[in-house]
Amino acid sequence: MKFDIKKLLSNQLVIPFAAIIILCLVNLGYDIVKDASFFSIEVVTNNSGNSVFSGPLITILDYGSELAILAIGMTLVTAASGGQDISVGATIAIAGSAMLRVLCGGNTRPEVLATPIIVGFLVACIVGMLCGAFNGMLVAIFRIQPMIATLILFTAGRSIAAWINNNELPIVPDPKFAYFGSFIPGVPIPTTVFIAAACIITAALLLKFTNLGLYTQAVGINESSSRLNGINPTAIKFISFIILGLCVAVAALIKVSRLSTINYSVIAKDIEMDAILAVALGGNALSGGKFNLWASILGAYIIQFLTTTLYRFKVDSAALPAYKAIVVILLVVFSSPVVRQKMQQFSSSRAAAKKEVA
Amino acid sequence: MAAETAEKKKASIFTRVSDTNLLLAITIVIFFAMYIGAVVIQGGGFTKPQMFFNILNSNAALIITSVGMSIVMISGGIDISVGGVVALVSMSCAVHLDMKGGSVFGSMLIALGIGLAFGLVQGFLVAYLDIQPFIVSLAGMFFARGMTTIVNTAPFNVANEEFKNLMNTRIIIPGMGYTNRKGIYIDAYVEPGVIVAIVLVIVLFAVLRWTKLGRGFYAVGGNKQSALMLGVNVKRTRFLSHLICSTLAGIAGYVYFLHVGSGSASHAMGMEMNAIASSIIGGTLLSGGVGNIIGTLFGVLSLSTIQNIVSNAGLDQAWWTGITIASMLCIFLVIQSIVMTQKKRALK
Repeated sequence: MKFDIKKLLSNQLVIPFAAIIILCLVNLGYDIVKDASFFSIEVVTNNSGNSVFSGPLITILDYGSELAILAIGMTLVTAASGGQDISVGATIAIAGSAMLRVLCGGNTRPEVLATPIIVGFLVACIVGMLCGAFNGMLVAIFRIQPMIATLILFTAGRSIAAWINNNELPIVPDPKFAYFGSFIPGVPIPTTVFIAAACIITAALLLKFTNLGLYTQAVGINESSSRLNGINPTAIKFISFIILGLCVAVAALIKVSRLSTINYSVIAKDIEMDAILAVALGGNALSGGKFNLWASILGAYIIQFLTTTLYRFKVDSAALPAYKAIVVILLVVFSSPVVRQKMQQFSSSRAAAKKEVA
Repeated sequence: MAAETAEKKKASIFTRVSDTNLLLAITIVIFFAMYIGAVVIQGGGFTKPQMFFNILNSNAALIITSVGMSIVMISGGIDISVGGVVALVSMSCAVHLDMKGGSVFGSMLIALGIGLAFGLVQGFLVAYLDIQPFIVSLAGMFFARGMTTIVNTAPFNVANEEFKNLMNTRIIIPGMGYTNRKGIYIDAYVEPGVIVAIVLVIVLFAVLRWTKLGRGFYAVGGNKQSALMLGVNVKRTRFLSHLICSTLAGIAGYVYFLHVGSGSASHAMGMEMNAIASSIIGGTLLSGGVGNIIGTLFGVLSLSTIQNIVSNAGLDQAWWTGITIASMLCIFLVIQSIVMTQKKRALK
């Protein structure tokens, strides 16, 4: 078999793997200069007395998982509607707030849980799906551009979340609730990894055994011809937003569980940017159409890799978006059709010049 | 037969008005209905002219950004980086004046420079590299917000004398004042930023109405392909629309800075949303090609009147503002979508 470098370079996974190599090299360089160890994993005893794995790589797996869950939904929405949902951070606040309201039964400092955790989670799922349905309605039925339609919840979401709990911050009393965002006793791997794995497997099975993936791509590539082929584009777009709503609810469970409470203005702040970045980094077209779920999930972990790396360089958390914005711009510039065409022309003209010399 | 003619007549009135004028009329009617409703029901503050001028004073920056936003939206794009640019300008100017001991003129140049720089980069990426304007300006928004905290993390008030004099300048409007309870006559006033905003509105209205560039914006937003065939330089027009919008955001940043007199990373949070909402309420279509600067001005006024009504009604918890604006935007988006589909159907 001949090794074809051109074919390799046109592969979708080239960008994510290149990003991983660059980030690893940067961290290795930092380790050598500062005599630190980025890649070591230690076993430590945490606050609740469990021996668990610890280290930067575990942090990436832990915090990247919620992003990976969101990336599943975001990929589908991007593919179906050719736009992105920028309200995910705000809807995480809404779903989390509703979950707290149900779990604490309206008390700020309850002694025991008002309802079982599963009921709280189901309520969060319903609320997340309602938010998704609202966005989906505006996009699919009223044909508003996805980003504008979701701008509504992006602005109002955190206000609604505060309003659900009367602007109070209830604290969940049950220690079991904290397991979702940290560790289950006796298991050294973060629980979020298992939750993410469950979500990813569900999504993969859904795409494998139903036509959803094929239909979504068809709607994203050409809406009117997919309608002529008997697909209902409105329903497909609507479903993609509902699935994103479910992903948001799961992410909200993790986010709220990490704190056992909520902070309306800070929870999941700027996560929409990360989720969109994950989809873009995976090499998926932001204008819709074909998608690769695995690439997006890989992209999500790379984003967390980037964030962790930036934190190592003592970047202030409020300044992080500036650096990520530069990464986004570089990504979209290199994947834009105009630049690609120019690069292809350049390489073919060089090849032609070589032939002449020979 | 009679029913048929009646239907035809109805359709013709509906379709004869241009999209721009139809949506502008809706906006102006809604604004006056709302303001008169507020005067009748809540009375009090709304009966004084100063109430109206206060709306202008506190929204001069929003008027300028919304006008820029309308121009971008008319030419078929969007720019959500404006809020971030406003925050970055206010912080940079505050640092320049206070920590670096710079002059007021220098800070104005900084404001313009930041606006121009954002416009150049975003315009180039959108127009010449054909990247979605939303992604570009989303990155621009996060970049501006991040840069603001890199420039300076903590919020602070400016103490520069020269600047404070400018900040406290009041322009008295004769004959509109009122006598307070103690019998002292208080003049009605506006801040210098309002004058800047009004001048910009008039100038840009004229540009959009009567210049080749202005008509180009409508042509490109309406249909790129046909604009290209008519000989419009589509790429340059889109580039200029983003350049104008970001430059206006820079100017708006200075006006905002002049109004609040401080630099903070949390300034103008969600201003892009308010600007988009004002443009949409003012009759600018998201799909491009339709819109009016005067409508946008009324859009800002409607939005802030609603906010005043909400806070006067005793619902002044911070969250109500977000919820009202969002629901108003939602209603207008849906109305636009319905009106335009109906009109298309009537034309068929």
